[in-house]
Amino acid sequence: MNEFISLMKPELIVTFIIFVLLFTKLGKGVKNSSLLNLIQVLLLLNFAAGFFFNKEGSLFGGMYHTDTLIAVQKNILSLGVYLISLLFADWFKKTEHLSEFFILLLSALLGMFFLISSGNFLMFFLSLELATIPVAAMANFDLHKKISSEGAMKFILSSAFSSGILLFGISLIYGATGTISFTELPALITASPFQILAFVFLFTAFAFKMSIVPFHLWTADVYEGSPMATTSFLSVISKGAVAFIFITVLYKVFQPMQEVWYNMIMLLSIITMITGNLFALRQQNIKRFLAFSSIAQVGFILVGISGNSPEGLTSVVYFVLIYVFSNLAAFGVAATISSNTGKENISDYKGFYQTNPFLTWIMALALFSLAGIPPTAGFFGKLFLLKSGAANANYLFITIAALNLIVSLYYYLRVIRSMFMDKNEEPIGKIKVQLSTKFGMYLCAAGIVFAGIFSWVYDYIQSLM
Amino acid sequence: MLNNTYLMLIPLLPLAGFVLLGLFGRKYFKNSSGIIGTILLLASALLAIYTAYQYFFQVGKVNGFYQKIIPFQYTWLQFSEGVSINMGALIDPISVMMLVVITFVSLMVHIYSLGYMKGEERFSTYYSFLGLFTFSMLGLVMSSNIFQIYIFWELVGISSFLLIGFYYEKPSAVAACKKAFIVTRFADLGFLIGILILSFYSGTLDFNTLIERLTSPDSSQFQAAIASSFLGMSALTWGMVLVFMGGAGKSAMLPLHIWLPDAMEGPTPVSALIHAATMVVAGVYLVARLFPVFALSAPEALTLVAYVGAITALFAAVIACTQTDIKRVLAFSTISQIGYMMFALGVAGYGGEAGLGFTASMFHLFTHAMFKALLFLGAGSVIHFIHSNEMKDMGGLRKYLPVTHITFLVACLAISGIPPFAGFFSKEEILFAASQHNQAVYWIGLITSGLTAFYMFRLYFSIFWNKAPSTLERARGEAGEGGFVMILPLILLAIGAAFAGFIPFGNFVTSDGKSFEPVSHWQFSVLPVALGLIGIFIAWRMYKKENNLPDKISASFGGFYKAAYNKFYFDELYLFITKKIVFNLIGRPAAWFDRNVVNGLVNATGNTTEKVSTKIKGIQSGKVQQYGLYFLVATITMAVLFIYWWK
Repeated sequence: MNEFISLMKPELIVTFIIFVLLFTKLGKGVKNSSLLNLIQVLLLLNFAAGFFFNKEGSLFGGMYHTDTLIAVQKNILSLGVYLISLLFADWFKKTEHLSEFFILLLSALLGMFFLISSGNFLMFFLSLELATIPVAAMANFDLHKKISSEGAMKFILSSAFSSGILLFGISLIYGATGTISFTELPALITASPFQILAFVFLFTAFAFKMSIVPFHLWTADVYEGSPMATTSFLSVISKGAVAFIFITVLYKVFQPMQEVWYNMIMLLSIITMITGNLFALRQQNIKRFLAFSSIAQVGFILVGISGNSPEGLTSVVYFVLIYVFSNLAAFGVAATISSNTGKENISDYKGFYQTNPFLTWIMALALFSLAGIPPTAGFFGKLFLLKSGAANANYLFITIAALNLIVSLYYYLRVIRSMFMDKNEEPIGKIKVQLSTKFGMYLCAAGIVFAGIFSWVYDYIQSLM
Repeated sequence: MLNNTYLMLIPLLPLAGFVLLGLFGRKYFKNSSGIIGTILLLASALLAIYTAYQYFFQVGKVNGFYQKIIPFQYTWLQFSEGVSINMGALIDPISVMMLVVITFVSLMVHIYSLGYMKGEERFSTYYSFLGLFTFSMLGLVMSSNIFQIYIFWELVGISSFLLIGFYYEKPSAVAACKKAFIVTRFADLGFLIGILILSFYSGTLDFNTLIERLTSPDSSQFQAAIASSFLGMSALTWGMVLVFMGGAGKSAMLPLHIWLPDAMEGPTPVSALIHAATMVVAGVYLVARLFPVFALSAPEALTLVAYVGAITALFAAVIACTQTDIKRVLAFSTISQIGYMMFALGVAGYGGEAGLGFTASMFHLFTHAMFKALLFLGAGSVIHFIHSNEMKDMGGLRKYLPVTHITFLVACLAISGIPPFAGFFSKEEILFAASQHNQAVYWIGLITSGLTAFYMFRLYFSIFWNKAPSTLERARGEAGEGGFVMILPLILLAIGAAFAGFIPFGNFVTSDGKSFEPVSHWQFSVLPVALGLIGIFIAWRMYKKENNLPDKISASFGGFYKAAYNKFYFDELYLFITKKIVFNLIGRPAAWFDRNVVNGLVNATGNTTEKVSTKIKGIQSGKVQQYGLYFLVATITMAVLFIYWWK
């Protein structure tokens, strides 16, 4: 019993918060702003609790597995969720069903926690579904907008399709080996054609969730239709969680077919980076822009994963941490502008610096980090990803990745340029930034600056291997 | 033991000032930023002095040798086993001396600027930049790692850039800061390559280890560095020469000196701090830091240092005799004096009495900081009063600026090497070391010393005597010397300039850490002092009263005078090289290549991208059943691809 509590601590806390939020619905109803304060405090506590009493161990006959690294991964996700609760305060205060939104969000987070901890494909499948279905409901949260419902519909249909193929893959694995446990599988994997087929089916599920090209088609529609809080959750937290478990599955379970999946990752990484960049170049809507640029970022995560070494794992965890700060900051600024003025086009941002220097600086910092310009943390994140990828001595691959990095500079800087330099007769007026949003932005900015400069962040993650 | 906390505080306090004033100064501390910066620096200076006291008198000396102490250090970036960039502090006699010099002069400048920069629109920005500079400079001298010194080296360059361009509305200031930055950056390129060579062969970036490995003839690293050669010089010599190039750029040695005179566009207190007392001696400091390697393993490089220093000293002194802008005279005088320090290092040997040049160089660095800062601050008072830099607008100021007058005189006597002022002692030591070692350098030094006395007193007489006081139009009705805050630093520095020479430097700062008593040779001193007095006498004849003697003399020198007045056309030479040669032969073709080939490629990429994305836009149709279809097709393609073809 004691072990159960200590190992499942993150999940239990999230479940507890979900129940607290359910209880708030019992009474007459709480005002949004005080409810939001409560949520923020709870999520902060959840994040803080992630630092303590992390142990290694398994439960339920190996179905559930955790260790200190997994605890850190979960805590990165918790941090992201906390930041979301801060950054989108404007929208949260306006929405009609705040507690439901967070109940759904936390259910998805709970799913992700189980997902990262899963030690068995059955557990994996169940938690993946738990992490997906609530998000579809979250995508539908702009209740008055048709486009929001359309996005949610597409999301649920596409993911049902992907789940189908995933299940097919899992059953093939079971058929080929007779087991679905992560610990027993490696000995039985031989890279026979049958197993490769099964693996491809599994692979597509990951590819779908991380929106790796060509399984990314749902991304743009869903991102554009959803409220920005959902979009950011999908593009940062959800991708991070799937990347973590993806590494576990590749490095641990499918290590014997390393050569096969290395080629797959390389191929898809190149396609993903190029496609993401090509599309991001053309986008005018800031949400679509961030969506496609996040596809390109996923391509980079794949570069790190391809390293197939402890360093690969370290660099991905580190990158996701930085990505949480950078991308959420960018989304936060975009959302603040959008919920105050309704403007979501990059051309509307012209001359934004004149009226809102604070928001502009945060956005610039975030985009610099996403573009990987030193000395922001994003630079170090990309550096370590590339370094890990370079371990295979496949320099053509790394060169292509580096070239894509340069292309991405162009479109990130384009946004910064239009904010700082382009003239505009009627720039967006002065926006009053909520206190909590401001705080969240400062947190992100601090993360972007310090996670790079202080080498112990990286060293700490490395020490957990 | 040295206390780490306060050692760290020495550089961190100015940094705190930079951050605080830089972020909030303009909003919250509009008027108090000067006081805040000054108080922080005062604390830092007191700590530095306390550190010096502790180091020199209590903990530094073990068995008669001053130790190199590393009180704290942490690994910032680990490249490989043994090679890492560390951030730490290296405490030894020269770094402790520099700590005192920097914090003291910086404090004087902070105080002085309270008056000088009063009413300035960007007052707090100014103080935050000063804080940044002081922090970087302190970090530079405390560096325990050659890469750390490089980082701070660049930071110093940046703060110098910011401060030279402080009056950014003035096009000349903008041009000057750009010039300073580009020239020193160019030199730093050499420095960086030098670092890479040295660290490659020694397998470390840490100063102590590097020096130890590259000076012991048995070590494998030393053998390797000596064995490989390029263009007739060993890799080690190349490394040291390139490192010296970086130092020469920062210290404005010939031919990289061209940025320093222009740097006088910055506010005058900044010139006193950065371009006279501290930053420009960073090159000297760098050579001193690596001195064992220079002296024991790369004597050719050290000879180069000696000649570059000596020639620069003479050359700058000649130019200084002809300039009419008082700050430029001082700038060239600075270049000349740094040349002195450089050649003093160049003629020094390692250890014991042979290291006299080293001690002398550091001694001169110390005294020079005092009297040159004093000269600049004095010039600042004059400029503050007259609102002009030109000598012809001045004259007879001794009545209006009595304190400035006396302190300026002290400084002039000090720099001219007249006993018992500070410059006398350090200069005599330098000249004595040179005469023991290299006669050519010695004679150049001697001539320079006479010239120095001449141009300094030319300046002094032109400012304070020359015209009758009544002929001068008072620039403004206000009191002459800008109040207590501008007078106090002058007096304190004058005390330093007058008495710093009595410090027995040989006891503290020597090439190998062992104290020795420099023998004084009063017979030897006769000649330099006599030359100095002759220089002063000539200046007195020519400039004491307004007359046409100077014009006649300059006319008799003819072309030489004109060439010196135009600084021997170095600027024009550089312009010719950069504009005509680099521009036409490299810039233009590169521009053509860029426009036609690179742009063409980029445009082609853009157009193709455009076309491709219009084509594939069809895929992104928004129809979910199509998405499913593509999903399935992609899955099957992948399965087929990886099962049948790509194993």
